[in-house]
Amino acid sequence: MSQAPLLRVRDLRCAYGAREVVRGISFDLWPGEVLAVVGESGSGKSTLLNAVAARHAPVGGTVEFAVRQGPDGVGELAEIYAMTEAQRRLLARTDWGFVHQNAADGLRMNVSAGANVSERLMALGQRHYGRLRAQASDWLQRVEIDPARIDDRPDTFSGGMRQRLQIARNLITAPRLVFMDEPTSSLDVSVQARLLDMLRMLTRQMELAAIIVTHDLAVARLLAQRMVVMQGGNAVEAGLTDQVLDDPQHPYTQLLVSSVLPP
Amino acid sequence: MSSMTPLLDMEGVHKRFVLHLQNQTVLDVLRDFSLRVLPGECVRLSGPSGMGKSTVLKLAFGNYQASDGRIGLRTADNTVVDITQASPRQIVQLRASAVGYVSQFLRVIPRVSALDVVAEPLLERGPDGHPLMELDAARAEAGRWLERLRIPASLWQLPPATFSGGEQQRINIARSFIRTRPLLLLDEPTASLDPLNTATVIELIRAARDQGVGIVGIFHDPEVAAAVASRSVAMQAPSP
Repeated sequence: MSQAPLLRVRDLRCAYGAREVVRGISFDLWPGEVLAVVGESGSGKSTLLNAVAARHAPVGGTVEFAVRQGPDGVGELAEIYAMTEAQRRLLARTDWGFVHQNAADGLRMNVSAGANVSERLMALGQRHYGRLRAQASDWLQRVEIDPARIDDRPDTFSGGMRQRLQIARNLITAPRLVFMDEPTSSLDVSVQARLLDMLRMLTRQMELAAIIVTHDLAVARLLAQRMVVMQGGNAVEAGLTDQVLDDPQHPYTQLLVSSVLPP
Repeated sequence: MSSMTPLLDMEGVHKRFVLHLQNQTVLDVLRDFSLRVLPGECVRLSGPSGMGKSTVLKLAFGNYQASDGRIGLRTADNTVVDITQASPRQIVQLRASAVGYVSQFLRVIPRVSALDVVAEPLLERGPDGHPLMELDAARAEAGRWLERLRIPASLWQLPPATFSGGEQQRINIARSFIRTRPLLLLDEPTASLDPLNTATVIELIRAARDQGVGIVGIFHDPEVAAAVASRSVAMQAPSP
């Protein structure tokens, strides 16, 4: 069990104008750990995700990430909002991934699948066409997309394929932390199962830490060891996923759990 | 710490459910419950339904939060962790190394084959950060367990979602016994099994006991209980 967290969030606050939508959230995330953030629309969960992922500046609190130092070294926690824009951008395209609910927001729809998948490698300076293509092809296979489709554009792909392509595009640099905003909710149930199983396998194989925003408690149960329940910008309950789902303490969590078919 | 340190030490445990959506109804399902389990013991929790037997197992596994009392679990390095005070990460670690739980029902995962469901505990990462076994070796071992529990080989590559209740229960048992923890919690492990498979599970439980595993179980079938339990604790309704 590694001793240092990968991510440390303290008293994070976000607001749109005078309206506070995240009201003081704190948590730690360790390497390889998957955290689900659940709650209804408007509870602040997506804003929280964006604030932690350096995509929405908070009005208060801190987000610290153990920036990688050297090939294997895990570094000291560094406040991400104190970094330069360039440092944050580098982090976002190497050690982090971000999987959007709508794949079109996370893909370039007008370039080939192969170019989508290898873009992060190119941004890191890889130029060898053959190697880039081989890595892209390998990743297409890992997300169960026929490599023969490497030159096709994502707008010719089904919703499930696009979502898997988005995942390949993010994971090709072997990030240590991936943010996911409702990764399965725009998909048919039959397609969801495949994606969930894939996410479950990949997070394990790659020892990925992930924060997954979802309103689907079954997704949380399947993928996450820990969960946070948000309501009105507050974390009303947090803990081990099965404990929160099977023995919910807070009235709102009890309502959530009793409102769905058993996950 | 000696080998006589209990694997499970529950002391003054209280479990209260407050149902906020049902007019704050308060249910005290367990009051001042204490239980010690030593290596090699198999303790049967007996009594009618609704006496809190399953609750005891869920508390010891950290699936329910205790309202009061302490629940000490002995870890692999012979320290004792109170699971009622443990962080989620510590509980995850306890479940990987100190305590296993076999529920009556298998929680199926879409698309994962029966063979891989059973092999999975062998693929978890050990203390050195590497998987405990290579995939092929883990699958071979899983196959041996499925064979032992009479799951036809034609089913191994299929996800267990469509299996019968008895088949699912055997998958669940194989998955738990393939990598036994020092403390094993069994909730009706033979509930939907035929006599032949029940006999196999009895053998497995006895073998685990012989290896020093401590067991707490709910066995409604008196023959199974007589065959595996070293003592029995009668659960009673908590006095109001």
